[in-house]
Amino acid sequence: MDPIVELKNITFKYQPEDSRPAIDHVSLEIYPGEWIAIIGHNGSGKSTLAKTINGLLLPNEGEVRVAGQILSEETVWGIRKAVGMVFQNPDNQFVGATVEDDVAFGMENQGVPREDMVTRVKDALEQVRMSDFATREPARLSGGQKQRVAIAGVVALRPDLIILDEATSMLDPEGRFEVIEAIKKIKEESQLTVISITHDIDEAANANRLFVMKQGQLVKKGTPEEIFSEGPKLIELGLDLPFPEKLKQVLKERGLSVPDSYLSEEGMVEWLWTSVLNK
Amino acid sequence: MMNKLIFGRYIPGDSFIHKLDPRTKLLGSFYFIGIIFLANNWQSYLFLAAFTLVAIALSKISFTFFWKGVRPLLWLILFTVALQMFFTSGGIVYWQWGILQLTEFGVRNGIFIFCRFVLIIFMSTLLTLSTPPLELSDALEYVLRPLKAVKFPVHEISLMLSIALRFVPTLMDETEKIMNAQRARGVDFGEGNLIQKMQAIVPLLIPLFVSSFNRAEDLATAMEARGYQGGEGRTKYRILHWQRRDTAVVVVFALLTVILIGLKS
Repeated sequence: MDPIVELKNITFKYQPEDSRPAIDHVSLEIYPGEWIAIIGHNGSGKSTLAKTINGLLLPNEGEVRVAGQILSEETVWGIRKAVGMVFQNPDNQFVGATVEDDVAFGMENQGVPREDMVTRVKDALEQVRMSDFATREPARLSGGQKQRVAIAGVVALRPDLIILDEATSMLDPEGRFEVIEAIKKIKEESQLTVISITHDIDEAANANRLFVMKQGQLVKKGTPEEIFSEGPKLIELGLDLPFPEKLKQVLKERGLSVPDSYLSEEGMVEWLWTSVLNK
Repeated sequence: MMNKLIFGRYIPGDSFIHKLDPRTKLLGSFYFIGIIFLANNWQSYLFLAAFTLVAIALSKISFTFFWKGVRPLLWLILFTVALQMFFTSGGIVYWQWGILQLTEFGVRNGIFIFCRFVLIIFMSTLLTLSTPPLELSDALEYVLRPLKAVKFPVHEISLMLSIALRFVPTLMDETEKIMNAQRARGVDFGEGNLIQKMQAIVPLLIPLFVSSFNRAEDLATAMEARGYQGGEGRTKYRILHWQRRDTAVVVVFALLTVILIGLKS
């Protein structure tokens, strides 16, 4: 299977005189249907990387290939059709004056006929469970609701790839859960590829693969199990540990022998009750 | 803060006036302001007042809102009326002191000016109260469309207008947040003399400006990511429907004009 996103040795500097590039020789492939989480501390180049994927930034060196097209000035609008992006601040990316206008905005840009738009707006709002709010203004919505509208706006464009650029970082735990659940559901229904840039380690634990960034470089790639089994070393990379891993650390300090491999929350529960019964 | 501003507020409803096409309402209120200058005697003003009251009644919006629209302008109106009353000469002189005189014509002119002001404010308040801001900007875009011929950037202007309208409540919230945050740090708003008051505004204004710049950048990025390339080749989600009731309103306005010309002395 051909990768949907392929970065070959990308380097990007915001200013030519910058001593350290924001992205430093990064290469990666992402395959259709994958859920990728890109993690790393602040200033590690995660968001810059996301912006190079849909051509908001053109790299100084290297080649970006998205959905079979090589990124250049000519192909950038075609690539943006294939890539939907949801940003961090729910207020600042809400273009429309009402929910339905905002969902329609991207389609208006692509010149979708009006009859099509009406049905697609309706479907997209249903997918994120916001149909009852179609005529509401953004000022009367919660943060999580605004992000769900932003997702609906992206989904209505039927992209192959959705990039969530810290889309849940300004939400409360409830809003975060709602948004992630909405994306999960849509991903299952339409075979999307998702790239999620996140600080939320529990969100990252749900991904198929993790990419760890540090100072503009891609320092680690792997499944959550592989990455999280590094344990305390993650803290040196400026990352937090997932909850089961933290629990393991505390149990270890109390002298219990815990398995070395990474356990998900369910795995942890399994291990806990079996080990108690075995005693 | 929002409660004080009656201007530009929208009262949701589904009356006859609410359901009218925004273009009808926009052009109708402009036209009304134009033909109000046709009236020049008691009968015509009485007739216009009756027309306005019927329009207000049709909107089913409580009259207090209209009164609130007039109230902030009351001093301006009374000042103009007073000027008219005391400086117009002609007819029977009721009272005189130096150059000030109260005459028959003066009183009449004063009352007419008062009616004119109040009726204009009532009509424009009716427009903003019964039309959502977004529909108003749609109507404006439509009305401005002929200006495309002279290279006027109609799409850009209407996009700016609708984004501006959409950010008004967001920025209001933010202003309040910054004000409270600065108050918590000891800034006194609205205290002291004029210079002190102006100085107190600075810690509110600068963060508001900076955050608006950041917002603008975020919004531009988000718009670009969603494929916005300018007005060319765009379709529109929102369309305006001209209905039979709009034609009826046009007929009513035509009749109104004829009657006013007939009543003119």
